[in-house]
Amino acid sequence: MRVELKNIHKHFGAVHANNDVTLTVEGGSIHGLLGENGAGKSTLMKVLSGYIHADGGEISLDGKKLKRFNSPADALRHGVGMLHQDPLDFPPMTLLDNFILGCDASLLQPRARAEKEFRELCQQFNFDLDTNAFVSDLTVGERQQLEIIRLLWLGARTLILDEPTTGISAPQKIKLFATLRQLAADGKSVIFVSHKLEDVEDLCHRVTVLRRGQMAGEAKSPFVTERLVQMMFGQQLNIGKRPNVELGAPVIEFDHLTLKDDRLTVPDISLSVRMGEVLALAGLEGSGQQLFLQACAGLLPPSAGQLRLNGIDLTRKPYENFLRAGIAYMPADRMKEGLVPGLSIEEHIVLAKRGKKDALIDWTRTRQTATAQITDFNIKGIPTTRVEALSGGNQQRTLLALLPPDLKLLALEHPTRGLDIESTLYIWGKLLERRKQGAAIIFASADLDEVLQYSDRILVFFGGRVIETVRSSETSVEQLGYLIGGKKQ
Amino acid sequence: MEFFIAILASILSDSAPIIFASLGETLNERGGVINLSVEGTMLLSAMAGFAVAFTTESLVLGFLAAMIVGAIVASLVAFGSITLKRDQVAVGFILTLVAGDLSSFLGVPFVRVPGPQIESLPIPFLRDIPFIGPVFFERDIITYLSFALIIGMWLWFYKTQPGLQLRGIGERPEASFARGGNVKLMRYIYILLGGALIGFAGAAFSLHVKLGWSHRATAGFGWIALAIVIFGGWDPLKVAFGAYLFGALRASATTLQSSGLEVPVQVFPLLPFPLMILTLVIFNSRGLDRVLNYLPLGARRALTRLLRSNPPAALGTHFEQE
Ligand SMILES: Nc1ncnc2c1ncn2[C@@H]1O[C@H](COP(=O)(O)OP(=O)(O)O)[C@@H](O)[C@H]1O
Ligand SMILES: [Mg+2]
Repeated sequence: MRVELKNIHKHFGAVHANNDVTLTVEGGSIHGLLGENGAGKSTLMKVLSGYIHADGGEISLDGKKLKRFNSPADALRHGVGMLHQDPLDFPPMTLLDNFILGCDASLLQPRARAEKEFRELCQQFNFDLDTNAFVSDLTVGERQQLEIIRLLWLGARTLILDEPTTGISAPQKIKLFATLRQLAADGKSVIFVSHKLEDVEDLCHRVTVLRRGQMAGEAKSPFVTERLVQMMFGQQLNIGKRPNVELGAPVIEFDHLTLKDDRLTVPDISLSVRMGEVLALAGLEGSGQQLFLQACAGLLPPSAGQLRLNGIDLTRKPYENFLRAGIAYMPADRMKEGLVPGLSIEEHIVLAKRGKKDALIDWTRTRQTATAQITDFNIKGIPTTRVEALSGGNQQRTLLALLPPDLKLLALEHPTRGLDIESTLYIWGKLLERRKQGAAIIFASADLDEVLQYSDRILVFFGGRVIETVRSSETSVEQLGYLIGGKKQ
Repeated sequence: MEFFIAILASILSDSAPIIFASLGETLNERGGVINLSVEGTMLLSAMAGFAVAFTTESLVLGFLAAMIVGAIVASLVAFGSITLKRDQVAVGFILTLVAGDLSSFLGVPFVRVPGPQIESLPIPFLRDIPFIGPVFFERDIITYLSFALIIGMWLWFYKTQPGLQLRGIGERPEASFARGGNVKLMRYIYILLGGALIGFAGAAFSLHVKLGWSHRATAGFGWIALAIVIFGGWDPLKVAFGAYLFGALRASATTLQSSGLEVPVQVFPLLPFPLMILTLVIFNSRGLDRVLNYLPLGARRALTRLLRSNPPAALGTHFEQE
């Protein structure tokens, strides 16, 4: 089936997630959709599969124009099915229940027929799935397989896969790719969404690159990696030029540190960060940067290794000790983890006060402090403004204003994500002041320009590992782009 | 033997209101909405059902009125929680208070007046089956309906396509939507149906089990129905089992009391609760999973199905399609 998207626009509030995107996918081909996190890939595919309605543009299938699909079910009736990043299935139910749910039977469940056809499809693709098993016991790869045969059973002729290689094992990936090739050979069209260069280069016949909601270009197999990287990350090559600061004694030292949560392991990090140094953590979202930051802040106890702050062993010590040692952590989700919606700026100042607290709040003094901070940090609000009423930039400034004065280490997660340029510059100005006073800064960011411009050193994470440590003065956006995609040159 | 049959029979018919109420609630919660107003709804519909049956001298109209009252209260829950997106627990709790007080206020003229009641209706032929006949088939229409509801709801959940969709909506509404389900509409329908069943339970109370109307007549049975839904793991058969277990414990209390045994009777009605907590703790523990892992695959799956009692994952949440 030939699928065409023409001049698609989609806004989310102020974000222009898809800006005039046009895409053609030929029948019998695998078409890649490549772009960084936040480039607008999922949005575009949700438009194509009927989950969301575009603000403008049109879809045509085999040359037949449609204004839009009303719902995912409507899209599937036209032959377009989508596998979501997080498979949209029902974990507590059996595979057969999952398979049947959504088919067009009106009263009785067609269990016998479905089971037979389920088996046939499994055989056709060489999947090993048991209809009586529970979905909750499957791996992500198997859940994808289930979704694939389900969508095919319901008549999908175009299959969209959103980041299908995140979270599946290497053998499962090989199997998935074989399946997709088989589908394309059968004349189905496959749209493969990914931020991983390697996968796209392996699999796709053509690729469209999105950047910041816009089309950055198209390419045909065989691909030239540099071209793809350029399209993904933009062309400017920015060799960092930072004011040099004398680095002091080590602030934080990691000794064979291993971090784990239920999804990811970050093994064996040894490293020290010195006074006045800025360390950037680059990598795709969820590659381990967050675990690392949380470990620095004392929020995630390491499962092995040691962590020292100013020479004092803080491994597996309570969060309190980290606070007292002069560490501050700013999470990415400002409203969820950083600020308390419903409370005002001055109330936040009371909450954030460290050290000895009085039983009664001295509101006169608090208001003075708040007013001073508001002026100092150029926050557009008054002491009684509730934080949720502030814009993103002002929320971030408020968070900065709440940091205690003599910090040794700032751990920041996406410090400027979603902010306008003016706020970004302002915030970095404030952060670099701290650095001059001798604080070390560790920050994670998806913006490679920001990474290059402000850091001294960069750790590149890929799939939980630190695959490279580079000096910012010796690298470029392009090289970082490669590394982030898991490619060492 | 005679005695035993009599006790079993009374458990079956006395449990009918709780069966209707807890299965009505099961229907709501499977769709993802908690209707916390069961106690109040039962009170109001017990009063309304009795009042209508008393004035019109028609039991059918009495039950119909009760079901309508139940559906009306449920529609308020639905409107508050689905359309206005208020907290389901808060909405249900307020309604239970309001409906309960309303029943006391409106029910004053009917307090302790003798009224109509359901007659027993033995089923020919079936009643002659030894043991089974006298236990199950010498009852009345309400009890038969409660049997039918248990089996019917089980079939609906596990054998029909709309029932499967219902389970999907309570589990993961966004995935149901992706598969063509109209989440809000279906939630509305099932809440109204569940509410009607809870209303029916109220009338079954005042016209069948504890005849007549008096202030606070349902005595907390609505809350018990809510607990039984959890105990039964949202599965019609297990919920029914929980309801009968509760009935059995109450019946033993009465029997023991009349046999002059020195047991504090208050203990028995309370027994189901520690029992429920215990089952919940056991069935949701990791220990159970570990034990199950030693079993062969077939047995493990069968037991998992039998014992697993996870609430519908989307219970109490709002759904907003993009
Ligand atoms: N439902 C939503 N509401 C608000 N903003 C959204 C929503 N979905 C996506 N966005 C925003 O749109 C942009 C593109 O997101 P997305 O399409 O998910 O990117 P990708 O899949 O390429 O990582 C991002 O800035 C994201 O924050
Ligand atoms: Mg995405």
